[in-house]
Parts: sequence; structure tokens; C-alpha cells
Amino acid sequence: MNTIWALAGIVIKELYRRKDFYVLFVLTALITVAAGMVNFFDDPKIVRYVKDICMLLIWISALLIALVTTARQIPAERESRTIFPLLAKPVTRGQFILGKFFGCWLATGMALLVFYVFFAIITGSREQNWPWLMYLQAIWLQWAMLAVVIALSLLGSIITAAPSSTTTICFIAVAGILLVGGHLNTVALHQPQPLQTIFYTIYFLIPHLEWFDIRDRVVYNWGLVDWLDCVLATLYAAAFSGLFLLLTWLGFRRKSLNT
Amino acid sequence: MKASPYLVLALVLTVCFTLATGIEPRAASWSSRNKSNNVFGVLFGDGRRIFANQFFTMADVYFHSGYYPSVFDLREEGQKEIVEESHGHTDSPEDEIKEDFLGKPKDWIDRFGRHFRITKHTHLGGGNEREMLPWLRLAADMDPQKIETYTVGSFFLREHLNRPREAEAFLREGLRNNPNSYEILFELGRLYDENYHDNDRARDVWLLALDRWDEQFKNDPKGAKENKLAYEGITVHLAQLEREAGNWQQAIHWFQIAQKVSPDPNALQQRIDEIKKKMAAQPSPTNSQPY
Repeated sequence: MNTIWALAGIVIKELYRRKDFYVLFVLTALITVAAGMVNFFDDPKIVRYVKDICMLLIWISALLIALVTTARQIPAERESRTIFPLLAKPVTRGQFILGKFFGCWLATGMALLVFYVFFAIITGSREQNWPWLMYLQAIWLQWAMLAVVIALSLLGSIITAAPSSTTTICFIAVAGILLVGGHLNTVALHQPQPLQTIFYTIYFLIPHLEWFDIRDRVVYNWGLVDWLDCVLATLYAAAFSGLFLLLTWLGFRRKSLNT
Repeated sequence: MKASPYLVLALVLTVCFTLATGIEPRAASWSSRNKSNNVFGVLFGDGRRIFANQFFTMADVYFHSGYYPSVFDLREEGQKEIVEESHGHTDSPEDEIKEDFLGKPKDWIDRFGRHFRITKHTHLGGGNEREMLPWLRLAADMDPQKIETYTVGSFFLREHLNRPREAEAFLREGLRNNPNSYEILFELGRLYDENYHDNDRARDVWLLALDRWDEQFKNDPKGAKENKLAYEGITVHLAQLEREAGNWQQAIHWFQIAQKVSPDPNALQQRIDEIKKKMAAQPSPTNSQPY
């Protein structure tokens, strides 16, 4: 276990040494603050559009941080040949994969925490309302979803050659699931065979990441999600993350490390 | 001979400056984009109108606090509820059924997913209607010719947020952008009548609205038929205003005009009969002739 945490620690250090997070955070903060400063009909109590914009930016930024950080982990180790001394030590390929996964997941979680603190300060200062439990649910569910995304990206990084292609493919897949995934059953109902079966099969196979998106509940102040549902969704995310990590390990354990 | 790079640079800069002074006055007339007084006009030119509908829809989404059908949910296309609300429509039980675009869950994924989504049909209230305003403001900036943006925005400002001054300013902005709009004039008349209780100005504005309606549809019988409800709205409001003012003869006159286009002329006839009864019981000194 110590080996996994040691590997994870390196990934976390890498995140705060690189500029990705800072650039995305500054951009999010600037756009949110600029949007919040706009005066609409001299009403200072208008706040939901600011929450909406800020949450959207947080989701995009967190997704980008997770994908970009994860996609380059294994290719970078192979390219710089640091993977050889690493695996020459008593580190198994499974531990290597798990270390990278937990590193990326924790690093993304830390970034997410900073984003949500900013969000809470901005909206709380305007709304005079601090629904901490709601924010806790939102951040937890988003983080659970990012676990699936990170595991998927790790799997992609051992299949495709370049981190950029992994990032692009995973981003399109995740955005597609978030936007269309939940509606595939509705679309399938109006398709002729065999398209209907194909759509339904995809619908049941994909991880339903859209469940974890409770931005609307936060923006429109619709109370908490039932905690039991949160637990079940977390188990669902853990199952999919585990599946993708297993596939990554299966692919990686026999993979030639020479570039 | 080898030219100095500084001299070449100076020459290029001089040529650029000379060309700029010659071309700039002509370039200004190539596009109206730079003349626009809002940032979206400068950025997108006329293309900004594409976004106006999206922003107007966002106002409707906010009005429903996020409970809104996606492009995948099949729903009868109709008027947006913020528009219907501004026309005084309230949801009947049948409307509520129509609004239930989700239906029953189709499978376990759908059923479980609904625990995280907004699944309740509600409308904003208690002053929270203000949250729609940014989207209406943006829609107006994107497409200043989209008239319902002004009428809906003004309705919520004056009726729900009790801010008639801002509503009037928004309507006047709309009127500057759409000087022939009878819809904006009608809404302005309602503001004068219902919020400022200024009968004279309300009457003048509604009469102007009727003139605009006539001008617009005098040679367009099809358009007149499609927009007769607006005509009825103006004439009925004029009739009510005259009735309240005690100008019964004029009130009857406007109700009779409204009857010609109303889908329910009998209801208007009842109102005429009521006025006639009142006139018979207590002759008004202001039974002046109609306009």
C-alpha cells in the first residue's frame, strides 16, 4: 500500500508544479467574477446565472484537469524511460496503475475542493446562504464521476500512442455520455431495428455519468439528494472505475515498455 | 546595395499608416458591426440573433427552476410558459399533464437517474422571478427585434417584482428598437393603467397600439386573422378603462369592436348588457360619443 501512496504522491506534486490547474482556476475565477459584476435591472440579488456559469466552468475545468493529468502519466514515464527503474524496484504493474489512478484522483479532488471553496464564497457572498451539505454532495458525486473518467483515461493511455489523442477521445466520450447518455433510451424507442437494439445496448453498457451531475439542484436550490442514492451512485462509480482499472492492468501487464 | 532593416521597417510602417488613413473611412461603411452600441453586436454582428432564442429559452428554463424538456423529450411545440404567463394564462390540470414530459420511468437506469434530476413542475415565485431577468436582458441585446423579450420582461418586472420604472425603461428601449410594435405599446398601456393608474396615458398608448395594428394588417387579411387576439386584447382593455372612468357609451363602443374578433362574443355581450343596465338605472353625465 505504501508503494501505491508513494506513486500517488508524485502525481499530486506534479499537479501543483504544472500550470494547468492555475490557468483553469484563474480563468474560472475571472469569468465568474466578471459575470457577477454585470448589472441587470439594478437588482443586486440576482445570483443564479452566476452560479450556473461558475458550476459549468468548474465541471469543464475539472474534466480537463482529470483527463490531461491522467492521459500523460504512462506515456510520459515511458518516454522519459523512468518507468524502467520504477518497475525494477519492487513495484508491480498493478501497483503502478493503482498508484497513478489514486494520484490523479486525489490531485483532481484537491483541485475540485479549491474550485468549490471559490464557488461557495462567490455565491454565499451574494445569496447570504451557505448550503454546505448540498455542496458536499455535489463535490462528492462529481469526484466519484471523475474516478470513472480517470480510470477510463488510464485505459485509453495504454491503447493510444499520444496523450493528446487519449485526452481528445476520452473528452468526446465523456461529453457525449453527459449530454446524450441519459436520453439514448428515448432515442432508441423511435428507431427501427436493428438500430433500436444497438442504441439500447449502448445505453445499458455505458457508465451513466449524467447521474453525478447535480448542478441544477445546486443552482436552483432544490434540496439534497437522498444519502442512500448517493451511496448507491458511489458504488456504481466504484464498480465502473474498478472495471476500467482491471482492463488497464490486463492490457498493461503484457505491454512492451519500449517506445 | 544593402538596405538597412530599420529603414525597411520604417518604410513598411509608413505604407501601412498611409493605407490605413485612406482605407479606414471606406471600411467603416462596409459593415454596420462597428457602429453597434453593444458588445454582442461588435463581436457577432447579425449572427447574434441566433443566440437570442436560446437565451429566451433559458429564461423559461429558469422560470421552471430547471424542470425543462431536452431536445430528446418529445413535447408539443407551443408558446413558452413565460409568454403564456405574461398573457395571464394559468396552468389547468390538463396543462400540468401536458407538462409531464418525463412520463413513467422506462427502465431502472431512468428510474434511478431521476433521484438526481429535477422532476417537479414548478414556477418561480416569491420574488425569485428576478433570476430570469439576466437571460431576458441578454436576449434583448442579442436580438433587439424580438418583441416578446420586452413584453415578457416588463410583465415580470412590474407584476411580480413591483418595479414599474425598470419595466417602463425596458419597454421604451423595445419601442425605440421596434417603433411599430403594437404589442409593446399594449404592454406599455397596461403599465400606465395597472401600475401608474394613469388612465389618460394608457388610453393614448392603446389607441396608438390600435393604429399600429391597423397599419400593419390593413393589407394583410391573413396576418390580421392570426393576430386578432391582440386586437381583442387592446379593445377590451380600452373598454374596461372607459367603463372604470364612467364613459359607458365609449365602453360599449369598444366592447362591440372587440366582439367582432373575439372567440367568445357572448361573454362580451354580457358586459355590454351590464353597462346598459347601469346606464338605465343611473344615467351617466359622461355619456359622450365614441371616438
